[in-house]
Amino acid sequence: MATPAVPSGDSSAGTPTETAERPDVKVVSNATCTFCGCVCDDMELTVEGNRIVKARNACVLGKAWFFNHHIEDRPEATIEGRPASYEEAIERAAEILCNAVYPVTYGLSDTTCEAQRVALAITDWIGGTVDTTTSVCHGPSGIAFQEVGEVTCSLGEIKNRADFLVFWGGNPAESHPRHFTRYSLMPKGEFVPNGRKDRTAVLIDVRKTKSAKAVDIFLQVKPRSDFELAWAMRALVRGIEPDPSVERKTGVSLEVLRDVVERMKQARFGVILFGMGLTMTRGKHLNSEAVLALARDLNRHTRWTAKPMRGHGNVTGADNVVSWTTGYPFGVNLGRGYPRFNPGEFTTADLLARGEADAALIIASDPMSNFSQPAREHLKRIPVIVLDPKETETSRIATVAFTTATYGINTGGTVYRMDDVPIPLRPAFDSPYRSDYEILKAIEWRVREKQLAASAG
Amino acid sequence: MAETFIIIPGRTSRQGTTLNEGKYTSGYREETGTLQMNPQDMQRLGLQDGDRVRVWNDHGSVVVPCKAARGDELPEGILFISYGDVSSRLMGGDTHGSGMPDSKGFDVFLEPVGQSTDAKDAVAGP
Ligand code: SF4
Repeated sequence: MATPAVPSGDSSAGTPTETAERPDVKVVSNATCTFCGCVCDDMELTVEGNRIVKARNACVLGKAWFFNHHIEDRPEATIEGRPASYEEAIERAAEILCNAVYPVTYGLSDTTCEAQRVALAITDWIGGTVDTTTSVCHGPSGIAFQEVGEVTCSLGEIKNRADFLVFWGGNPAESHPRHFTRYSLMPKGEFVPNGRKDRTAVLIDVRKTKSAKAVDIFLQVKPRSDFELAWAMRALVRGIEPDPSVERKTGVSLEVLRDVVERMKQARFGVILFGMGLTMTRGKHLNSEAVLALARDLNRHTRWTAKPMRGHGNVTGADNVVSWTTGYPFGVNLGRGYPRFNPGEFTTADLLARGEADAALIIASDPMSNFSQPAREHLKRIPVIVLDPKETETSRIATVAFTTATYGINTGGTVYRMDDVPIPLRPAFDSPYRSDYEILKAIEWRVREKQLAASAG
Repeated sequence: MAETFIIIPGRTSRQGTTLNEGKYTSGYREETGTLQMNPQDMQRLGLQDGDRVRVWNDHGSVVVPCKAARGDELPEGILFISYGDVSSRLMGGDTHGSGMPDSKGFDVFLEPVGQSTDAKDAVAGP
């Protein structure tokens, strides 16, 4: 499949007045913002040449995303920091991957599903490990899904039905600014015709963040006690009186908790939207598991669901693509010719910190800025191939680095919103750089040529 | 004297906007390189906005300027810093078999650093 060109149909046609006066200006309607997991697909972008100058409907983060992805003057590819031709870079990348014994493919949450599929195919051909940024985001929730399942729903159901919202361990006002206004708290929906007035909202967090102002009830939980709080709530839902020591542990009085749980039981449609305050804190998957089980328990009384708040634009797509291809969501080793899933063993943070991986293919991620010191140290020692639209700490240490077109702004394709709904992209303008898909496809091709030549020879 | 705190790295609106402007912009570096503290904790330690503190644990050590958190956002004993290079320097490599290092809510020591701090105390970075 070729990377779709800038659409020339209705969606990108300029409005008559604007294009008549300014032929270099066009308006792209229903474009998609891929900065965060909300994946808002109602953007109206005004494009002048290769710059987006207006992004109607975008939040402050979306605007920053659209206005700062103009074309930078950087080499298309570098090898060991020196500008190189595209062909040389593909050759070197294929060579690194074919020579590696225990390579890892990592990142993938900021690229299209089409590119994710190719990255997986390469990993399969070379018998490597594929892992995505999910492992350091909602990976623990992925483990929890396997333990207790997920009572799930779409954001559309939340918008149209949810009269009770619990935000837990997240700060959507700053991390997903349009979640409140477009999907959860504010919008008027079919069964909540008065929008905000028809909904009750609770925030559970250690910090009294900006999101606290938006809700009706704020439960300030002590750090590292979400697990205990969730289990106390589970007990109350089941009519069991929790041990009073839970008050001291969590900082939330049982009286308040009883009241909140009673209200939750009386909701018509409730949803718990949980963030990385649960997954990144001690307890990790056990925290997610407790909250998912709480939603499940509440279904004894009324309809409740639980959804993780996903961060990157297509991290949900990465989970979907890796799951439908291998059966597991992240941290999958393909070295034996069949998939094996083992967080802690096949997850990148571990593979690098323990000094195991001997090459890395990193797509649209910056582990050199985000990983632990031992992991960074190891990454510096091994050959690394990086695909990224921007210069990063990881591209700076890369053996082979490709400058790429930005997904959603320059390239089409598919991404998954945080509720597992696939959304098409409508690019705004062409980039002189290639897409992740095209580069990965070329690497895959070259890897196969080398493998076939080796087996024939 | 050093005190123990719990640090929570996290996202902020400014971290998100400056990230798009670029990881090498002064805005991003400032946002991800400034520690937010509870105002009472700052007062107790004789700290003012902009004063530098050393924050460390078994995994790393950073020296960063601090500032008072907005309103009552942070309880006493809790520190906040925007996600980024600096916060990751305090993160260990062990994931306890989960794939996820302890990335929020972990213990650190903190002590004020005099104005005359040697340049070598500054956060190592590119
Ligand atoms: S909420 Fe997220 S997807 Fe929507 S416009 Fe803002 S950054 Fe983009």
